[in-house]
Amino acid sequence: MSDLLLEVSGVTKRFGGFTALEDVDLVVRPGERIGLIGPNGSGKSTLVNCICGALHNEAGSIRFMGEDIGRQPTHRRIRLGLARSFQIPKPFASMSVLDNLRVPLLYAARRHEKIAKSQITDEAMHILQQVGLGDKAQAMSRGLTQVDMRKLELARAMAAKPRLLISDEAMAGLSPAEVDDILALLQGLKQQGVAVIMIEHVMRAVMKFSERVAVLVAGRKIAEGDPQAIAGNPDVVKAYLGE
Amino acid sequence: MSNRTFTVMVFAIAIAIIMASRFIPNEYFFQAAYTVLQFVVLATAWNILGGYTGYVNFGTAAFFAVGAYSTVFLYNAFQAPLVVMILAGTLVAGLLGLGVGYLTLRLRGVYFAIATLALAVVLYTFVINWDYVGGARGAYLLQPREVPFGFARYTHLLYSAMVLMTAAALAVARAIETSTLGRGLAAIRDDELAAESAGVPTLRLKLFSATVSGALMGMAGTTFPYYLSYIEPSSAFSLSYAVNSIAMPLIGGMMSWLGPLIGAILLGSIQQLVQVTVSSAWNLLIVGVMLVLFVTLAPNGIMGWVDAWRKRKDR
Ligand SMILES: Nc1ncnc2c1ncn2[C@@H]1O[C@H](COP(=O)(O)OP(=O)(O)O)[C@@H](O)[C@H]1O
Ligand SMILES: [Mg+2]
Repeated sequence: MSDLLLEVSGVTKRFGGFTALEDVDLVVRPGERIGLIGPNGSGKSTLVNCICGALHNEAGSIRFMGEDIGRQPTHRRIRLGLARSFQIPKPFASMSVLDNLRVPLLYAARRHEKIAKSQITDEAMHILQQVGLGDKAQAMSRGLTQVDMRKLELARAMAAKPRLLISDEAMAGLSPAEVDDILALLQGLKQQGVAVIMIEHVMRAVMKFSERVAVLVAGRKIAEGDPQAIAGNPDVVKAYLGE
Repeated sequence: MSNRTFTVMVFAIAIAIIMASRFIPNEYFFQAAYTVLQFVVLATAWNILGGYTGYVNFGTAAFFAVGAYSTVFLYNAFQAPLVVMILAGTLVAGLLGLGVGYLTLRLRGVYFAIATLALAVVLYTFVINWDYVGGARGAYLLQPREVPFGFARYTHLLYSAMVLMTAAALAVARAIETSTLGRGLAAIRDDELAAESAGVPTLRLKLFSATVSGALMGMAGTTFPYYLSYIEPSSAFSLSYAVNSIAMPLIGGMMSWLGPLIGAILLGSIQQLVQVTVSSAWNLLIVGVMLVLFVTLAPNGIMGWVDAWRKRKDR
């Protein structure tokens, strides 16, 4: 059973009378690359929020590395090896881009990786170069463009050195070349055994990236399978691709 | 500079100041310096929660008064030695700070600020009705006849204690600011959810910040009853503590320990000056005018302005 990294089962989340997630299951194995797709408002970000503890689900359970994390505060989950980027960027606005990465390096990565304090700057620079923000390391994060803020979101999540990285629409607005760079970067994480859940509207990217794709529509998971099967699934085509 | 070096230096400077002050014949100097330094401690303490962590506390007077009234209590109970009074008041105010820290669980922004203001009002009412510490009438405290360490007057001892408390407050603030903890507090100030999502244990850090901030504010109040030889609720809970401890970091700059220090010395000295030349009635007005000036002209305070100027020069 411990071959499962993340095990979401029967998760339901309501906002007042509105059901944003209904009985959602999802499993992720170590190093796996999952694509999570669905129309706007289908509950993708809400699912991320439940997994990471920003929201509490009313029903269902969330296990990570065999441990029930459903009642744990967010920082504990992150320290166990989860990390997420925010769809609407939330930079630490009073800090430089580099300092933004110092926070997860100090508070999360050092929990499960031996990183000497003296290496933190190097480590942060390394990640920034990977996402293409190397030359903006000293810039104030509040002055970044929206696209750069997305890259910073991804970089900051990577800096937590997670076992499972959840990227919530990090590629919106990126040029095709930049999308390819980020894809290569996320694919490279596999060598380090890092699993990825990628939420994305850039369909080309999702299909190329994912080993398995799950489709959410109106809070329910309507399909799951390998990218070819999903692309050809009539329900998915009707509910999502053909909208 | 490492924090240990800084702490050693700031205490060395404090002791040097205390030594040098023995040669100052002017009694007024000790009074004015005591008041200004008291504001340095309050502003520095306020900034730990307000500036570093982003939670605006309007209840400075409550913490200050808790420090002051714990001294009155210990005086009435068994004439405790000054050191005991300072430590006890710091501790009690720290506990109050811890309580306020728990408010951050539910209250943010304006709501948190209002809650701290309400706390001051509640404590004020409590003290007014507590006869043991003098109630609304106030309480007299006789300065001990025997002045230790060869000081000429007890006021000089109190002044010296305040110099050391200032050193302690600055050392604590700087240590927090430059540590991993300070980075975590800054993350909380910028975005609490993002901070949690980066692994920062936000509640624990906020509790720590509120406790330390409250403890240092209380510490500043512990010597106050002796300093005046008399204390009443309306002076211990004066609105000017809240206003000044917010205005001083704002004017000096809230990002580093230097800001509150500069702001408090500047604003504190101006108020002392006006008090002798014109009248203390002008003090709050002056603070108000300075605030408006700085908020419009240098929103990041004097330190922010200096930083911007330095950066421009580098280019
Ligand atoms: N905090 C919230 N309060 C109320 N409704 C919410 C909240 N967050 C999301 N929703 C609603 O839940 C639904 C799913 O939103 P979301 O998870 O952001 O969708 P997606 O990420 O798939 O675009 C939407 O209808 C949205 O309006
Ligand atoms: Mg979303």
